[in-house]
Amino acid sequence: MCQAAIEAGCRFFAGYPITPQNEVPEYMSSHLPEAGGIFIQAESELAAINMIFGASAAGVRCMTSSSSPGVSLKQEGISYIAAAELPCVIANMQRGGPGLGNIRASQGDYFQAVKGGGHGDYRIIVLAPSTLPEIYELTMAAFDYADHYRNPVLILGDGILGQMAEPIELKPYKPVVELPEKDYILDGCKGREPRIVKTLLLRPAEALVEFNEYLKVKYARIESELKLCEQYLTEDAELVVAAYGITARIAIDAIDAAREKGLKVGLIRPITLWPFPNEAFKEVVGRAKKFLVVEMSNGQFVDDVKLAIDCSRPVEFLGTGGGWYPTPEKIFEKIEAVYK
Amino acid sequence: MKFKKPESLYDRNTHYCPGCGHGIVHRIIGEVIDELGIREETIGTAPVGCAVLLYDYFNFDVIECAHGRPPAVATAMKRIHPDKIVFTYQGDGDLAAIGTAEMIHAANRGENFTTIFVNNAIYGMTGGQMAPTTLVGQRTTTTQKGRDLIKQGPPLKVCELLSSLDGVAYLERVAVSTAKDSMKAKKAIKKAFQNQIDGKGYSLVEVLSMCPTDWKLSPAQAVGFVNDEMKKVFKPGVYKDTDVK
Repeated sequence: MCQAAIEAGCRFFAGYPITPQNEVPEYMSSHLPEAGGIFIQAESELAAINMIFGASAAGVRCMTSSSSPGVSLKQEGISYIAAAELPCVIANMQRGGPGLGNIRASQGDYFQAVKGGGHGDYRIIVLAPSTLPEIYELTMAAFDYADHYRNPVLILGDGILGQMAEPIELKPYKPVVELPEKDYILDGCKGREPRIVKTLLLRPAEALVEFNEYLKVKYARIESELKLCEQYLTEDAELVVAAYGITARIAIDAIDAAREKGLKVGLIRPITLWPFPNEAFKEVVGRAKKFLVVEMSNGQFVDDVKLAIDCSRPVEFLGTGGGWYPTPEKIFEKIEAVYK
Repeated sequence: MKFKKPESLYDRNTHYCPGCGHGIVHRIIGEVIDELGIREETIGTAPVGCAVLLYDYFNFDVIECAHGRPPAVATAMKRIHPDKIVFTYQGDGDLAAIGTAEMIHAANRGENFTTIFVNNAIYGMTGGQMAPTTLVGQRTTTTQKGRDLIKQGPPLKVCELLSSLDGVAYLERVAVSTAKDSMKAKKAIKKAFQNQIDGKGYSLVEVLSMCPTDWKLSPAQAVGFVNDEMKKVFKPGVYKDTDVK
């Protein structure tokens, strides 16, 4: 993740220690300055995200990372950054909650990430990698999406992805979308009119209504343009498993075992959680008799799957809360139980 | 001598109440930035509070920050643009209550930016609640019998607090309640900006200022409150200056 960020031109990182993501700021503290960037260990998550607010307005690619309780603290800043339409990348390597919870892997922050978390009507792009090579690729792309749409991008991982090791093939950075000129940067008004970065819209009374309308259109554009999703053996699947992130990777083992037994099971793995890849679900809904949602929470992502198919098929559920993960055996058992 | 608006200020009426000190502080900052010839290099931060709209008055780049967070924002901006002039303009609630951590740590890191801290001992924009710097006995909408030393503690003295930090270059408390005070304030603010130009590190000027509306005093009485009450508790003077060995 860090290497990808640096290769993609990230030159500012601010973070605060929290397990299980300490390897990110630790790596950045030595490697980012070597690349000519700035690393700051902030006094708090609030300070870290507000440093990102400043860094983005100053015009550099910037990033912060944390884990669940820390990301809760960052929500204030994320709302401001979304409102100011500033690009940045935030990583959340989720741990068990609520409260201080534990430091094991979890997907309990889905609602916070996808439905909002901070105050006000805003959206952030949420990317959910399931392997380290994918983290590498999506981290580079995250900076591009952030700049392209002038919007925060959240990489939603978990404690397993945050702690595992896996070989990756280094690729030279190449933008995945067009990068507009940054005409909002604050760097002194020499030769131009002064610029203001602000989020307060008091007057006239309609100003904020109009701004929210503008955001609505922008978010609709993102929804129409950016939807990433992987499908596995869904062509003939009668039971479609829906899972994202590390859970999808675990589910593939269970699906392979089910296929060996002749059960027609496939997988839809959303890679963007917002925008949600509704079309992929709509596409398979004609063939699939049933869906099974697997996630490391007691029921958050499952709601979006039901909405994507307008509740037109039964949606079974296997959830593990509290920082626990489903084993391939457990998923296989559930597949067998619900497959009829 | 011609009395005209500094180039760093737009020729506009402000939204500030009659007798408020913000207009004077804005004017001083505008004059200082003009005199130092840094208007086109300057990035200011706007706080949450009465001065949130300061970008309507200052003729340079401004970023409006979340409540209490200007020192974190300014830290990033100055680190990224070390050749630019970055300052935070903060009130007492912003700097000494909700943003205490950001202020102390930016100061202690010795970040090379300037803070203008306007202390009027009250939350102005929200309608006159107790501030961290409200005086003992001072009536506010949340201390209607006056601030109680036992219940609410004494007012927070920012210059005294920061003077113990090794990272800080310069601390001075001034006022804008009299012409003489305002001239001293201008000298201090100019030094705080010059320190940044010279790369000396964190400089903060605390400005004792009037809020007649929320103090429920006339503008003239408000001047008296600064001179007779506030200065007793918040003693003007230089609290730290690394130039003085």
